Amino acid sequence: MPLTIRDLAKEKYVLPGHAACPGCPETIGLRYVGMALGRKAILVIPAGCTSIIQGLMPGSGLAFPIINVAFASADAVASGVAAAKEVLGEDSVVTVWAGDGATADIGFATLSGAAERNENIIHICVDNEAYMNTGIQRSSLTPIGAWTTTTWKGKTEPKKNMPLIMASHGVPYVATASIAYPMDFIEKLKKAASIRGFKYIHLHAPCPVGWRFDPSETVEMARLAIETGIWVLMEVEGGRTTISPPSRPYADKSRRKPVIEYLKRQGRFRELSDELVRELEREIDEYWKLLLKLSS
Amino acid sequence: MKRDELILPLSRPKVGVQGTTGSWRIRKPVINYSKCIGCGICWLYCPDSTIDIEDTGSRFRVSIDYTYCKGCGICWTVCPVKAIDMVKEV
Ligand SMILES: Cc1ncc(C[n+]2csc(CCOP(=O)(O)OP(=O)(O)O)c2C)c(N)n1
Ligand code: SF4
Ligand code: SF4
Ligand code: SF4
Ligand SMILES: [Mg+2]
Repeated sequence: MPLTIRDLAKEKYVLPGHAACPGCPETIGLRYVGMALGRKAILVIPAGCTSIIQGLMPGSGLAFPIINVAFASADAVASGVAAAKEVLGEDSVVTVWAGDGATADIGFATLSGAAERNENIIHICVDNEAYMNTGIQRSSLTPIGAWTTTTWKGKTEPKKNMPLIMASHGVPYVATASIAYPMDFIEKLKKAASIRGFKYIHLHAPCPVGWRFDPSETVEMARLAIETGIWVLMEVEGGRTTISPPSRPYADKSRRKPVIEYLKRQGRFRELSDELVRELEREIDEYWKLLLKLSS
Repeated sequence: MKRDELILPLSRPKVGVQGTTGSWRIRKPVINYSKCIGCGICWLYCPDSTIDIEDTGSRFRVSIDYTYCKGCGICWTVCPVKAIDMVKEV
């Protein structure tokens, strides 16, 4: 039975009056983490917007048990916490909540290490496609053509494919998610929590500040990414790849919206050339072909 | 002071940790209850947990906490029946 709003926990883990910008995708995602994992969640958070969203001590805008840690240590700290909880016999879901910079660049070595050791943790990459907390610098997950304060003429390199890199570690569970599809994300989180070993979930999280769009459009932008096929919801479980239901219609290229409909609504792509738009269309198509081959 | 506070820089959950963030609003979401079908979708997507929800059996009753609502307008864009209007703050 698919989840409905009635099934979701109404308890607040993201508290009103937190410090995030209006329309923040990270707080939307954190609400779903609370709904999925509830009191079992222990979050390990490296530097990033979510460190700031919590506000100044002695108060916190988030009602999870949280350890705020130095960037590159997150998955190592989580590995230790998970080991300690195991010794104590406590049933916790130790979860790293890390940005794209923290996941794919600065924390990558420890993430890869924890995955290779198959530590019993979940790593969620909350991907707003740049270092937002420090003022919009490019990361290896910023897409090609996007303006950031360190790529003023548009990034010249394509977005690194983290989900497939993590799947190549041979871990038990890898999934992608989107803040526009909460039920899909919550179901994936619940599944991840029930699997022993290392789990990686990559959450697409459009940021109004860094991507230059109106804060009311955060969810619409995330939905457009799925409808244009530039972001694909899928799972790799025990080596088997499956396209998740919200993305399935877009396996058929003719049902995808042109990617320009997604790009033109974001100020960060204002200078994008027609050539790069065609290049992006081509990349989307190539990626879908690969995914369909993997999932057949 | 409790012992753990002396040893560790611990924070505890607090509503309004950044103050009354409703003052950030430049536009205000107003629910038109005669149009609202009680689907709860606005509650599902609100980034600030400032939409409260009550299960009345067949539908949900939603209401906005204006002390903290930042006026992002996500509830306005996701409402399937356009039952929310954004009005200028004075
Ligand atoms: C070792 C180290 N380098 C740099 C910083 C500064 N810093 C803090 S947050 C941040 C950006 C993090 O970006 P990301 O992981 O994508 O998270 P986001 O802020 O976008 O949520 C940076 C560079 C730091 N705290 N520690
Ligand atoms: S910069 Fe973006 S991700 Fe960071 S707090 Fe603001 S809206 Fe959220
Ligand atoms: S305007 Fe934004 S913060 Fe206010 S209730 Fe609507 S979604 Fe929540
Ligand atoms: S999304 Fe619209 S119709 Fe649904 S509960 Fe909210 S205001 Fe009512
Ligand atoms: Mg980021």
